Amino acid sequence: MTSHPPPNAVANAVANAVEMKDIVIRFPGVLANDHVNLTLKHGEIHALLGENGAGKSTLMSALAGLYKPTSGTMRIHGELVDFNSPKDAIAKGIGMVYQHFMLVPTQTVTENILLGLNEPKFFMDLPKYDQKIRDLQEQFGLNVDPTAKIWQLSVGEQQRVEILKTLYRGASVLIMDEPTAVLAPQEIDDLMETMRSMTKQDKSIIFISHKLNEVTAVANRLTVLRKGVATAEGIDVTGMTSEKLAELMVGRKVVFRVEKKEQAPGDVVLDVKEVSAINNKGVRALNKLSLKVRQGEILGIAGVAGNGQSELAEIITGLRDCDGEILINGEDVSNQEPSVAIAQGVAHIPEDRTGVGSAPNMTIAENTIMKNYRDEPIGTKWSINFTEARDHARELKNAYDILAPNVRTMARKLSGGNLQKVILAREITTNPKLMVAMQPTRGLDVGAIESIQRLLLEQREEGTAILLISEELEELLTLSDRIAVLHEGEVMGILDAKDANMKEIGLMMTGEKHKA
Amino acid sequence: MNIEIILHAGLATGTILLFAAIGEVFAERSGILNLGVEGMMLLGAMAGFSTSLATNNAWLGLLVAMLAGGILSLAHALVTINFQADQVVSGLSLTFLGTGLALVLGEGLTGQHPPTIPIVDIPLLSSIPFIGSVFFSEHSILVYVGYIFAPLTAFYINKTRPGMHLRAVGEKPSAADTLGISVYGVRYFYTFVGGLLAGLAGATISLSVSPGWYSTQTTSGQGWIAVGLVIFAQWNPMRAAFGGYLFGMLRRFILDLQGPALIFGMTNPLYVNSNYGFFLQMMPFILTIIALVWGSRAASRKRIGAPAALGVPYIRGERGL
Ligand SMILES: Nc1ncnc2c1ncn2[C@@H]1O[C@H](COP(=O)(O)OP(=O)(O)O)[C@@H](O)[C@H]1O
Ligand SMILES: [Mg+2]
Repeated sequence: MTSHPPPNAVANAVANAVEMKDIVIRFPGVLANDHVNLTLKHGEIHALLGENGAGKSTLMSALAGLYKPTSGTMRIHGELVDFNSPKDAIAKGIGMVYQHFMLVPTQTVTENILLGLNEPKFFMDLPKYDQKIRDLQEQFGLNVDPTAKIWQLSVGEQQRVEILKTLYRGASVLIMDEPTAVLAPQEIDDLMETMRSMTKQDKSIIFISHKLNEVTAVANRLTVLRKGVATAEGIDVTGMTSEKLAELMVGRKVVFRVEKKEQAPGDVVLDVKEVSAINNKGVRALNKLSLKVRQGEILGIAGVAGNGQSELAEIITGLRDCDGEILINGEDVSNQEPSVAIAQGVAHIPEDRTGVGSAPNMTIAENTIMKNYRDEPIGTKWSINFTEARDHARELKNAYDILAPNVRTMARKLSGGNLQKVILAREITTNPKLMVAMQPTRGLDVGAIESIQRLLLEQREEGTAILLISEELEELLTLSDRIAVLHEGEVMGILDAKDANMKEIGLMMTGEKHKA
Repeated sequence: MNIEIILHAGLATGTILLFAAIGEVFAERSGILNLGVEGMMLLGAMAGFSTSLATNNAWLGLLVAMLAGGILSLAHALVTINFQADQVVSGLSLTFLGTGLALVLGEGLTGQHPPTIPIVDIPLLSSIPFIGSVFFSEHSILVYVGYIFAPLTAFYINKTRPGMHLRAVGEKPSAADTLGISVYGVRYFYTFVGGLLAGLAGATISLSVSPGWYSTQTTSGQGWIAVGLVIFAQWNPMRAAFGGYLFGMLRRFILDLQGPALIFGMTNPLYVNSNYGFFLQMMPFILTIIALVWGSRAASRKRIGAPAALGVPYIRGERGL
């Protein structure tokens, strides 16, 4: 394609830090990277963007020597490289901070940093190396106690250990895989400061993110991946807008505010009457709480996490006992098995997608039939017809646009957005009368958030009553018809979403009662 | 009943458990649970005994015993590391395989008298009153090896680079892998070390502590006690050593209880009816079963510090490892 420079070109000052050309990486059934190019200039911060599952981590894992590309070439400082293991990449100055930290929780910071090296050879004289690591920390402003065990550290501190690990190995190229996803706002600012200070000290950085404001704050140029294909290669960050970027990532215009149709709600479906319940610690979590949700209506529940939201979802779906009455279509379902609520047409989108919402070690097909496995034609009298089950799952996979090699893929291999789609698909096919959705879009990227929100609004138009529990006020204001604010297990007030504003809700979340 | 004799005998039989349990500590610290200890021990006991008989050299017997245990353990490594099979199932099969092989190959060894590992006194130390006669006289050389072996392995695991890599592989294999440590290599090596030590433990019985070949009675379930001991010891070699000695002394104590006709001036029920003694002899195994049940519950395992990746096959790139 392009003219090749002579082999073993001598590295010189003008060579780029990294040049990845025509990289193809294929997993069984997935083309994770399709002829991707990425050039990292000396001393720059290069942002790599894309939805979950776009292939960002895979591309970077190839640069870090963890995967071998199916085809394509990589040059580091002008030199052609072919990595067989992470060790090879480390030797060439590549350091990667993985999305899921690669730290040994039971070992100290220093031990984690020294892991896999040759120095010291045998006896681990840790105090001596603790000091070396303190010196390195000083240089880059990355403070964390070298003698602390990893499990004692906050997420932000653990990330600093990961960065120190790469710097200690003399990395000149740093790859950071979604480093801000786990951080609090103040920690994000600190991290960006560190990144800037590292580029001043001759490091080049690839920064994976899907938030435009972070990208514009630190990066010089950006590359966007969509379903394994680069839709932007090394364009300048200046002049980029959220809309343009979202379109590059998702492949269509992203409506940041999904449209909600005007419609009049119908009969009351859920009627919660003066319920009280205690939480797992034995403390009262719900206190004489009452609320109603009608057909074709979304009732949003706002509140600071831990004010009774989880318990509210659990008592309605039959996962927790309570005092008081919970009427669904006029039937009392309180203190009954979950199957009673299911029989009344309750669908549940739980907060914990992997622990409660799905079985990670079962296939997509098995996860989609968990509610209707007894029904013909999937359930016969004595057994489950798995051919039917897979057909059913394949239909859902197409209808809901679930990205996965096939329906026999284990649920744990799915990205958050795709797993959430599997759960929603399963719940929606039961034609629910009431849907209890808790944090349905938490941790998802823009494209996935939009599709999940659309699915919820479609359900509303179908006439389902929806109880939407969320910590994202923006989301509540967009989707809900009415918003109830919870504080210490009590409803502070219920507002019409049309006249609600963030400030008022914010005040109620801290315990101020709504003035009627 | 003599306290000195009980302690002395406990140290000797405890050495068997010490070697086997520390071997299992190595394997489990790397993330490989090997329930085949009993099989590897029995094969080692047979191989050592038979080699010593054929060559008239007990030391050669010891070496062959270790190799026999080590080679058998490689079958477990292959099945669980490369093929990612269930470690419990594979380990149980290994016990059957080892036991079967030992019984077939050991046919006709009963009643023979090959050379055994020499019994010696430690000069000077053996003349200390009481302590000298319990710890430093009339013990097999292997017992003295055991004294230094436990602290050495504790030092190795906690204070050296290979020990640190071993711990990393058992706790968080993905972290080790991304830093260029070969997870499979480390697991193979320490599974093999576990096998070598189980073989050594077997030969410690047949060539030293109670010389002879008595088919399955040679080990009589001590491999299982060693596996339970690892949980008691919380994967710590020093505690494994203490536990081993304690079990050894307990066994001797139970045996001695059945000896005298009178105990505290009363008729000894264990002497009158020897069947009661069998119940006492079950005690170590009951404790082992309790340890295994307790140690296999996920919650308590975390609390007592089981290696986080114990029993979990490693596949690069798999989420959640
Ligand atoms: N080890 C693997 N085996 C099979 N498929 C994989 C593996 N790792 C990632 N994938 C798939 O490759 C695609 C890209 O994944 P990834 O690089 O993690 O995306 P991103 O980091 O952009 O969210 C996804 O469809 C994912 O399911
Ligand atoms: Mg990723």
